[in-house]
Amino acid sequence: MIELKNVRKAFSGREVLKGINIVFEKGKTNLIIGQSGSGKTVLLKSIIGLHEIDDGQILFDNRDFTHMRNRDRKKIRQEFGMVFQGGALFDSATVEENVMFSLNMFTDKTYEEKLDRVNFVLKRVNLVNVNHLFPSEISGGMQKRVAIARAIALNPRYLFCDEPNSGLDPKTGIVIDNLIREITEEYNITTIVNTHDMNSVTEIGDKILYLYLGEQNWVGNKDEIFNSGSEQLDNFVFATTLMRKIKNNFK
Amino acid sequence: MKLLTHFGRYYMLMAKTFAKPQKNSIYFKQTIKEIDKLGINSIGIVFIISVFMGAVITLQTRYNLENPLIPLYLVGLTARDTMILEFSSTIVGLILAGKVGSNIASEIGTMRVTEQIDALEIMGINSASYLIFPKIIAAIFINPFLNILSMFVGIAGGWVAAVSSGALSTADYLYGIHYAFIPYYIVYSMVKTVVFAFIITSVPAYHGFYVKGGALEVGKASTKGVVYSSILILLFNVIITQLMLAK
Repeated sequence: MIELKNVRKAFSGREVLKGINIVFEKGKTNLIIGQSGSGKTVLLKSIIGLHEIDDGQILFDNRDFTHMRNRDRKKIRQEFGMVFQGGALFDSATVEENVMFSLNMFTDKTYEEKLDRVNFVLKRVNLVNVNHLFPSEISGGMQKRVAIARAIALNPRYLFCDEPNSGLDPKTGIVIDNLIREITEEYNITTIVNTHDMNSVTEIGDKILYLYLGEQNWVGNKDEIFNSGSEQLDNFVFATTLMRKIKNNFK
Repeated sequence: MKLLTHFGRYYMLMAKTFAKPQKNSIYFKQTIKEIDKLGINSIGIVFIISVFMGAVITLQTRYNLENPLIPLYLVGLTARDTMILEFSSTIVGLILAGKVGSNIASEIGTMRVTEQIDALEIMGINSASYLIFPKIIAAIFINPFLNILSMFVGIAGGWVAAVSSGALSTADYLYGIHYAFIPYYIVYSMVKTVVFAFIITSVPAYHGFYVKGGALEVGKASTKGVVYSSILILLFNVIITQLMLAK
């Protein structure tokens, strides 16, 4: 469980996050949605500590991450798994080396044990026979799956995904979405996905936070989103003809 | 003010870089890789430049000696001392600043803009230490060997040029390179090499580590890394010379 209490962040006097209060629950796929510039990425980066927040508190299972010493933060970070928008795979390392990286750094397992784990997580994300390929030699969708495999290699308690579907075709996007949901439920972890992909919203949104100009505009789930009562959210979600048709059918 | 900001950030980065390594075995492997990448891969360029510089120094010195009272063996002595005192440490340092420095700044800069450094931080890894520390240690270890190689090859290049052009006899050249040899000059040269190795790796790493933006900014960071490390090499050349050779 990740709890945000009155989280505020400003850059050069311009407030980007205006008092966010929410609990991201364990075993659920929590989504942060919003238009470009609404503060989604800043919020995600603030949660994982890449940005220092100006005010408020971020708690990981009641552990106050905000006021923690760096040394203790590092320990908590070892419980994080992160899938970056561009994958952020180490391009000079093979798929196997990428996935094995955190195992090398934080475990004392033998090479065979680590390789077993690497093959297990790669199989879990439906990747086989790619161990010795470099990130540049595989497709965007496969890179995302490798990034997910790397993120779950150490059995994280918290999984963060920043725009996991960006640059992918809708079908591959759904594969990635389902994979994230399955992993979340299977390992009972707290997952936060930052997205503006409506397929993701309607497929995997167990809990959805809608940000509008840095404000917490609406909180609900994928079923409630069709009757949110928020004009800004309606304008965002039902911006396309297709989504408006879906809404009408839903009614 | 900007200079102070840079100095402060550089100091902070170095403090992070020299923090206790997370896992010694991983850092050792990284250092070996960096020795290969930064040092062994530079042997070719150091060899070629040194042999030609040694040859040119020898020929230029010989052709400028017009006074018959000056003994010809001084040509060998000049070539030797030029290689030891200045060329093999400073000039090779400047060349490596271009080759190795741009490589380091662009590698780390690209990692920054593609979020690979963020990925390391999220995993709970000290990214500065993991990425920069092995490079500094590798350069400090391997550059003195490149320095010695440059000295030998440069002096040998001078001999080949002198003999093949008929400008000087082997006997005169060999006498010159043995004449009035001061071993302390080697120590002086090594000290400079080690200091320059630190500059060549840490300054471009600093510029790469704090890059913001995209490919264009990575290119700019790479250029800045080379320019500032070159300037610092020249500055420290003067300082070390004054400290170690002043009587």
